[in-house]
Amino acid sequence: MQCVPSTLRIGSLIDPMRTRALLDFCSWLEETPLSQTIQSAGWIVPSVQTVHILSIAAVLSSVLMIDLRLMGLLWRDQSLARVSARFRPVIWWTLPVLLATGAVMIVGEPARSLANPVFQLKMALLVAAMIVTLSAQVPLGRNPAFWEGRRGAARIVAVFSLLLWAGIVFAGRWIAYF
Amino acid sequence: MDIDTLLRTLEETSIATLIRENESLFPWVESFHVLAITLVIGSIAIVDLRLIGLASRERPAGRLASEVLRCTWTAFAVAAITGALLFASNAFNYAHNSYFQAKLLFLVLAALNMSVFHLFAGRDIERWGIPDQKNPLPARIAGAVSLFLWIGVVAFGRWVGFSLHPTPLAG
Repeated sequence: MQCVPSTLRIGSLIDPMRTRALLDFCSWLEETPLSQTIQSAGWIVPSVQTVHILSIAAVLSSVLMIDLRLMGLLWRDQSLARVSARFRPVIWWTLPVLLATGAVMIVGEPARSLANPVFQLKMALLVAAMIVTLSAQVPLGRNPAFWEGRRGAARIVAVFSLLLWAGIVFAGRWIAYF
Repeated sequence: MDIDTLLRTLEETSIATLIRENESLFPWVESFHVLAITLVIGSIAIVDLRLIGLASRERPAGRLASEVLRCTWTAFAVAAITGALLFASNAFNYAHNSYFQAKLLFLVLAALNMSVFHLFAGRDIERWGIPDQKNPLPARIAGAVSLFLWIGVVAFGRWVGFSLHPTPLAG
């Protein structure tokens, strides 16, 4: 990996998350046989990244379909409950694949991921995106017509959700540059 | 003018130079490219899975395709523009990279597959594409081929980042 220009490093702004314990853990992880294997076999990281991106495609498009229905822009001949029932399982079944492939990348390059402020931002955005997704889906599960009388709130939730997921993708790409 | 001269000329355009020399412009353009490409393949997969008959079978295929493909084309426009900008910034090396060439080949094949589908099986999609009916074989093949080609586009695209020498920035 090439050295990153100094102007790209904002790590010093959020340094508290680069604790001694975290860095020690990264050094230990880096020396494990598993990490060494991932580092030395050149095909593992790009393969795993390909699966990771394809999984993101599945999650993101499913989120987009549900959110466009929430906004009333697409699938208007179908209820939100029906559109959600079609796409929600894709989100929840693909997340473990994302976590597993993400874990392989972390083991392969622990310090560049775990101690990376952009990676930490990405995880924070992920938690926020899950909360927003649940806040739309849980009330819908209790009452299929929940969002029908709440057009404004539905739009806000949908826009928030899309911005958060887009932010996750952006942060994912920026990890490589910090 | 031979192709290499043309590629070098493209690299020297002011926009290409700007993306290459500005430290944060390349990752920004790349971020939009990745976001767009995930939406292209994710949305096209929804259509492909309907054509194969694996998902959304309760929806008319023609209606589903026309709704979802609007998202696909919007995202594709963003992916193509950002892709062209990234290409211009390092045109010579991209053009001579075999993974990049394979990615372009798969894009062309995906376009051909789509055109053949629209010319033949797609023409009477309203007739066969009714809910819960088995799709004709050419439609199922077109869906499977499309899915395969787009997965290839993503895979080759990722490999470009690991094989480009000299890499302008991090993989």
